[in-house]
Amino acid sequence: MTPPDQAVPSRVRIQTGAGDAPSGVTGTTAAPAFQPELVFDAREVAIFYGAKQALAGVSLGIRRGEITALIGPSGCGKTTFLRSLNRMNDSVPGFRIEGSVLYHGHELYGGNVDQVEVRRRIGMVFQKPNPFPKSIYDNVAWAPRNLGLRRGLDERVEGALRGAALWDEVKDRLKDSALGLSGGQQQRLCIARAIAIEPDVLLLDEPASALDPIATGAIEDLMHSLKGRFTIVIVTHNMQQAARVADRTAFFSLETGGEKPVGTLIEVGDTDRIFTDPHDPRTRDYVTGRFG
Amino acid sequence: MSELIPDPGAPLAPSGNLRRRQLVSRAAEVAATAAAVAAIAVLAIVIWTVASRGIKTIDLAFIFTGYPTGIGPMLLGTFVISLVATLIAMPIGVLIALFLTEYAGARGVHGMKLILDLLNGLPSIVLGVFVFALLVDHKQQSAFAGAVALAIIELPLIARGSQEVLLLVPKGLREASDALGVARWRSVLTVVLPSALGGIVTATVLAVARAAGETAPLILASSVFDPKHFSVNPFEALPNVPVWIYKLSEEGNPEGFNEAWGMSLLLVSLILFASLGARALLARSKRKLSS
Repeated sequence: MTPPDQAVPSRVRIQTGAGDAPSGVTGTTAAPAFQPELVFDAREVAIFYGAKQALAGVSLGIRRGEITALIGPSGCGKTTFLRSLNRMNDSVPGFRIEGSVLYHGHELYGGNVDQVEVRRRIGMVFQKPNPFPKSIYDNVAWAPRNLGLRRGLDERVEGALRGAALWDEVKDRLKDSALGLSGGQQQRLCIARAIAIEPDVLLLDEPASALDPIATGAIEDLMHSLKGRFTIVIVTHNMQQAARVADRTAFFSLETGGEKPVGTLIEVGDTDRIFTDPHDPRTRDYVTGRFG
Repeated sequence: MSELIPDPGAPLAPSGNLRRRQLVSRAAEVAATAAAVAAIAVLAIVIWTVASRGIKTIDLAFIFTGYPTGIGPMLLGTFVISLVATLIAMPIGVLIALFLTEYAGARGVHGMKLILDLLNGLPSIVLGVFVFALLVDHKQQSAFAGAVALAIIELPLIARGSQEVLLLVPKGLREASDALGVARWRSVLTVVLPSALGGIVTATVLAVARAAGETAPLILASSVFDPKHFSVNPFEALPNVPVWIYKLSEEGNPEGFNEAWGMSLLLVSLILFASLGARALLARSKRKLSS
């Protein structure tokens, strides 16, 4: 279960980098003081696709080492928000973001920020399992190879597959095509592929929505075991899943006050409190099943 | 007006001018089907004529020896010219396809497709004259000059064919590699291109099949040759099948006619088998990509 040894320095480097930066950042802005335990600090984020506004006024902090779940009805912008955290939306035509997203105190959409570097540190797993049409081994080894992490590649692949609770199922057929795996195994392979480069953050976009209940259970167990090693943000439409895995839960919904409905953050808090003592009536309606 | 509204109680047999309209409709269907059958018939007649007249000429000596017993040098020359043309056209064509699918915006795609279609429509004699002026005039004929002309013919076919297959590579694969913090070009090289390789090879084979029989540019670029001379040197005029067919059929010598039919049969079979094989391969790789 231990991560490959050489991976540890890279995480440390990211953390120290963040430790140096905040004083400069907070000193020059009027925004609230930088909170060092926050990996992401989104402030008044609004997202547009062309003329259409998808998200408005989202201020949300994501804490280090915790699992944060984003829940809410379809079309409320939770996936849009998630994808803006590693700049996956940049390639969507007409995408525009306002407000600020700080990542360890650095402006994620700042001038000298490189998308590729952002995604190297902030990994993502998608709704539909998308393994490469390569062998199981090559799927996990692909990113390390391309990033120049060739030393101890076998150990790194094994570590990632163990980390994704897949090793025992595939250790005898690492050279087989990944496309021969079941959906649940493919999704765990995608998680292994993401953690093989030891990112700082894992973004999971409804990772279990295409899977059966047993495979879903395996993914949820996996998330518990990954907690602490990685900061995890998960989008889910399954409230029970959020209740089972997340430390904190953010409820997004559609704000219908304006002319067109726009997604926004309604309430965020510890998962227990969101589900047992929601402060906002809209959250209460949603978590008790009266809406959505 | 009242006649147009059928009496609800009338029997459901055709009424009014319906019979006439049905006849017209039937005639249109027959005409369209006949046209389709005619296309099949033309291909069948061409193949039959070429095969029946060419088959008796073809034996091992015909394929492997030089003039006057065989056409080995011409086959070898056509192979070399097509190979050089493909070595030029394939990398550029695939890069154009990558530009279209990975890098260009909507306007770039639109413009580039138009350019490729125009290029595809250029008469081969125009390309022949162009290459003659550029590479042959005041110098000497060469297989290389002919290959450049054929490469221009192959280029739009390879680019459009490869683009079609690259578009089938699932978006999820590109997102997956993007999300791993690997630069785009590395993803293209190690994920996108390998997934589309089967289709790219197919598009190339189809383009070669089209270009291998082109005669006009070769008459200008590689027609002064010795039909006994086996050579693979692209910097001299190489014997080649299309030009030799053309020469023989001009001469009015019955022996030469037979030889021309034999060569035509070889050329047609090569092109036919290459096209059919390539299409089968393409269908397979498309199925693999979309599953």
